[in-house]
Amino acid sequence: MNINTTKVISLLFFIFSAFYLYTAYQIQVFAFDENAPFNARTFPIYLGYAGLFFSGLKLILPDPNTIKVQHKTLEYKKTAILIVIAIIYGATILKVGYFLTTSLFLFSSYYFLGERRWVLMFLLSFPFVAAFMYLLHGVLDIYLRDPFLQSIGVMG
Amino acid sequence: MIEGILIGLTTALTFQNILMVMVGCFFGTIIGMLPGLGPMTAIALMIPITYGFDPATGLILMAGVYYGAVFGGSTSSILLNAPGVPGTVATSFDGYPMAQQGKAGKALAIAAWSSFAGGTLSAIYLLFMAPSLSKVSLSFRSPDYFALMILGLTAIAAFSSKGQFLKAMMMVVLGLMLASVGQDSLSDITRFTFNNMNLTDGISFVLVVMATFAMSEALTIILKRNDPTSAAKQVSLTELGSIKINKEERSKMYKTIPRSSIIGFLIGVLPGAGATIASFLAYGMERNVVNDEEKEKFGKGSVNGLSAPETANNAACSGSFVPMLTLGIPGSGTTAVMLGALLGFGVQPGPRLYMTNPEIFWSIIMSMYIGMVILLILNLPLIPYIARILAVPKNYLIPLILFFSITGIYVMSFNNFDIYLMIGIAVVATFMRLYDFPMPPLILAFVLGGLMEENLRRSLLLSNGSWEFLWDRTLTLCILLTTILIVVWHFYKSIIKK
Repeated sequence: MNINTTKVISLLFFIFSAFYLYTAYQIQVFAFDENAPFNARTFPIYLGYAGLFFSGLKLILPDPNTIKVQHKTLEYKKTAILIVIAIIYGATILKVGYFLTTSLFLFSSYYFLGERRWVLMFLLSFPFVAAFMYLLHGVLDIYLRDPFLQSIGVMG
Repeated sequence: MIEGILIGLTTALTFQNILMVMVGCFFGTIIGMLPGLGPMTAIALMIPITYGFDPATGLILMAGVYYGAVFGGSTSSILLNAPGVPGTVATSFDGYPMAQQGKAGKALAIAAWSSFAGGTLSAIYLLFMAPSLSKVSLSFRSPDYFALMILGLTAIAAFSSKGQFLKAMMMVVLGLMLASVGQDSLSDITRFTFNNMNLTDGISFVLVVMATFAMSEALTIILKRNDPTSAAKQVSLTELGSIKINKEERSKMYKTIPRSSIIGFLIGVLPGAGATIASFLAYGMERNVVNDEEKEKFGKGSVNGLSAPETANNAACSGSFVPMLTLGIPGSGTTAVMLGALLGFGVQPGPRLYMTNPEIFWSIIMSMYIGMVILLILNLPLIPYIARILAVPKNYLIPLILFFSITGIYVMSFNNFDIYLMIGIAVVATFMRLYDFPMPPLILAFVLGGLMEENLRRSLLLSNGSWEFLWDRTLTLCILLTTILIVVWHFYKSIIKK
């Protein structure tokens, strides 16, 4: 069976809008605000209905511009690896510090994307991040938390 | 106005600000040149850098990036037939054939001069139009603003992608939904936070922009790496030819530039329209205006066909600043990003901006012109070298974009949750992009969400809960009728005609 993915996304959006609308009705407002012409839940309720309306229309109306994605040509594996590396980067950046995690993130991303020119990979990770850190922290005075560099005494 | 121009010049001509325009134009050109990365991505990547500056300097940097990115988009259109931004699609119609004929240098020079002329003329139009429009917009009330926002959102949905109006409207609603997360501005009641303290202040604008543009662009490029339809045929970057424009070509451009700049500017002023429509309209109009002999050359390397869309798209960029600076309502996705950045600086654009912060208002206008001059000085002699940037391997480009995106969020919040949220939104956005769900309407809606709720709240409270405010004032009614016309026209074109 050929499933139209746009319709599936529209159905998911319809369900999401229904959930949003349900949650909007659950928003606790002050007792004196309950019957006011406008309170904290008014706008979200309108949005919930708007979401149901547009996704519902998309579901029921014919779709003359069906998008056909050639899944075989898409690089799912490399994209997934990159996302996982980004998640690990996000998880470690605060504990380990900006310099080391960012440099390793860049180096490993180059590697997983197929790069093997080691010198260039190194130059565009460790020294590049150091220069960028200097620009942000040293020149623009934007604070960068880095426990690793602090522990080895490079950063104050 | 003379006083304002002097204030603007004083601010814009400081060493730091001139440097920022140069840096902005340079980086904008490089980022805009890379297929798939447009002005929105370029500006989003610059936001963390602007944190270190005052609002005027930050905005001058972003304006430079904007112009640079639009020009950069033309370069990849001409050399690769792969427009960096939708606004330069029409440029490829005649630019790429010229490049194939061995006249790539000339095509790039025509594009540079046309962009310069279009941008300069529209900066002059803006100079005269913005203050008077600011005065007019002081008479706007909450119902008018609410109606204007509906018009802006509907227009961007109608124009953002052909035949995908409903998808765009779904993205508008999603943007508004994301904006509703966090504390209600008046009552401080938390909404949609699910007891997560990280969401109490709402979702950061920078996070949404980085996720839906920079990060999801990068993921999309990797995902479609082997897609044969996205592979561009490349013109030899070593044989660009001369960049000199002869007398005959110049005389053609003299006629094309004024009319295309007017079209571009007027289209740019309209909320939601912008550079893409402006360039297509200018191209179409130019084709109708020229003689039969010249008409034959369209699509095969016509000078008029290249000059018209290039003039119009740059003129539209300046035009799109008009609604942002005077009404506080962005006319395009890119100006929506800039509006968000301005709000982050604590500056509220709108009719009072040029009274309360004249240095910001005028310095942006003046720096636009300076930006045009710098863009020309910087780009024209560097064309052969800039063109080589197109050969940057994606293996390096993609991790660097991801790195800039994550750094942007990291320096803003020092919070893991925000990074995870950004990655999550980016993954969803990447998937939706595959199926042609446009992102600019989402960003515009996200930026306008708070203002829209605020104006609806005031309107409903003043009319005691009645929706009569929508037709009580002539101005509100006119704006709403325009919105309805856009929707009807769009449905007529996309559904009934089929």
